[in-house]
Amino acid sequence: MSESLRNDGRVWVPKKKGDTRNPKDIPESERDYYLERQYPSFGNLVPRDVASRRAKEMCDNGFGVGASKMAVYLDFADAIKRLGKEAVFQKYGNLLDMYKQITGEDPYTTPMRIYPAVHYTMGGLWVDYNLMSTIPGMFVLGEANFSDHGANRLGASALMQGLADGYFIAPYTVSDYLASNKFNAVSTDAKEFKDAENSVTATINKLMGIDGKKTVDEYHREFGKVMWDYVGMARNKEGLKKALTLLPKIRAEFWKNVKITGNAHEINMELEKAQRVADFMELGELIAMDAMNREESCGGHFREEFQTEEGEAKRNDKKFSYVAAWEYKGPGKKQVLHKEDLDFEYVKPTQRSYK
Amino acid sequence: MKIHLKVWRQKDQNDGGRFVDYTASNVSPDMSFLEMLDIVNIDLVKKGETPIAFDHDCREGICGSCGMMINGRAHGPGRGIATCQLHMRSFQDGDSVVIEPWRAAAFPVLKDLMIDRTSFDRIMQAGGYTSAKTGGIPDGNAILIPKPVADEAFDAAACIGCGACVAACPNSSAMLFVSAKVSQLALLPQGQAERTTRVQRMIAQMDEEKFGACSNTYACEAECPKQISVTHIARLNREFIAAQF
Repeated sequence: MSESLRNDGRVWVPKKKGDTRNPKDIPESERDYYLERQYPSFGNLVPRDVASRRAKEMCDNGFGVGASKMAVYLDFADAIKRLGKEAVFQKYGNLLDMYKQITGEDPYTTPMRIYPAVHYTMGGLWVDYNLMSTIPGMFVLGEANFSDHGANRLGASALMQGLADGYFIAPYTVSDYLASNKFNAVSTDAKEFKDAENSVTATINKLMGIDGKKTVDEYHREFGKVMWDYVGMARNKEGLKKALTLLPKIRAEFWKNVKITGNAHEINMELEKAQRVADFMELGELIAMDAMNREESCGGHFREEFQTEEGEAKRNDKKFSYVAAWEYKGPGKKQVLHKEDLDFEYVKPTQRSYK
Repeated sequence: MKIHLKVWRQKDQNDGGRFVDYTASNVSPDMSFLEMLDIVNIDLVKKGETPIAFDHDCREGICGSCGMMINGRAHGPGRGIATCQLHMRSFQDGDSVVIEPWRAAAFPVLKDLMIDRTSFDRIMQAGGYTSAKTGGIPDGNAILIPKPVADEAFDAAACIGCGACVAACPNSSAMLFVSAKVSQLALLPQGQAERTTRVQRMIAQMDEEKFGACSNTYACEAECPKQISVTHIARLNREFIAAQF
């Protein structure tokens, strides 16, 4: 579901723990519109990192709703009263239809059940001012690069970055690169091509040769569960330590025990998926390591040890006021951290408040 | 739930293909149709067999890559949904379900339920774009577009290019797809510069790809996951005729 639904929907949980009543039977006085209560000036419109953490907190504390207890209500009843069903349909019809398809419940008559989930990772490939990566001639546009989203990726920013990079930057920088360089025809006999081909072939042969017992999907889920549990919305040293012992183990086991059927000379979706999951494992481990390294809370990265009394993110600007890139040194090798200090000359970073 | 499946298996483009029976056990009504197939595939891999190949990506009805004939209907029962949005609660325990790829000369089967849809890409390359220069673009409100026109262009732009219209059509016509793409740009100021050449080129490419003609059965509209209206086909025809003079 899109965050935009919080423009008009109201988020609430029952005031009583473990309340299993139908939401219709819970009177106003027994509902906790917790975002409106905790953030009177922003209410349901707090940024997504805050809204996500508060929802997780409600569920962790036993106020979750639905069969799984891993959800909070997002209620359109007041919006429909205020604007009319037609206006709500005009604004959110596609999203509400999507919800109805997935759950079989009608969000126009019963509150939606929502829970925050990862669908984007802040950061991306390092690029220079012209959006060129460390590989000359390889430009990285849109959300694949790291440039625009730091602490908090805001709504519709996939469009924002796609349009900004595509309209304003790439037409100038890519054409400038093409105009100011000479290019010779590249043959597939080139050493670089052969090396790349050999390395891909070696990976494929290795994967096909394992013939183990567990499917790619099983490893994907197992690894993903560890990421979800310990490297998700709220992290702590203990959990990250655990993740950093579990993740390499799963990755090592994957390379010894994964089972891919079929062969490498036909369309093979399992083989393709295996390579994607292998990449996910490398990146997942890096994310866990980075989260362990950054001993502060900042935007989307929340370390439970570093929070204010009110449960908000507590930065450590003395130590961590930098942007960083991890340099890939090859499979199984330790990545190297490169830092670039953030120097705020005129506007100094302060503590956000949505109260 | 237990579901009996009859799935089209075809090794590659040269293989004749055949139906194979499978049983999906422990199916939850909350699963999507693709999640049910995932389970079948995990079992197949465990048994050392080749899993059923099908296209999928976003799994939320936006990317248009999943698409299969389910009991003879493009994207299965239900209106306005792609296969990934179909949930198992639409079926009963013990049901038999026949799954086939899209069938059309312009969509050759690559493997099992996967088809080659590059004919759509070639139609788009023929004219489904505007070649306005990027760079210093005018303010958003410098070109005023009445809301009903913007809405209609948006409805056409909702097309995800899945190919259900072709699969549902007895003539394998791609008119709904092409009309959505032509309509979207014909309605907006940005599309005016190439208005005549666009429709001619896209129709020419559509014919070259061996898509059939439209005989107004409206099967496409009924099965379109984005519920694109056949009135866009009427606009396509008008655009095409107007482009002749």
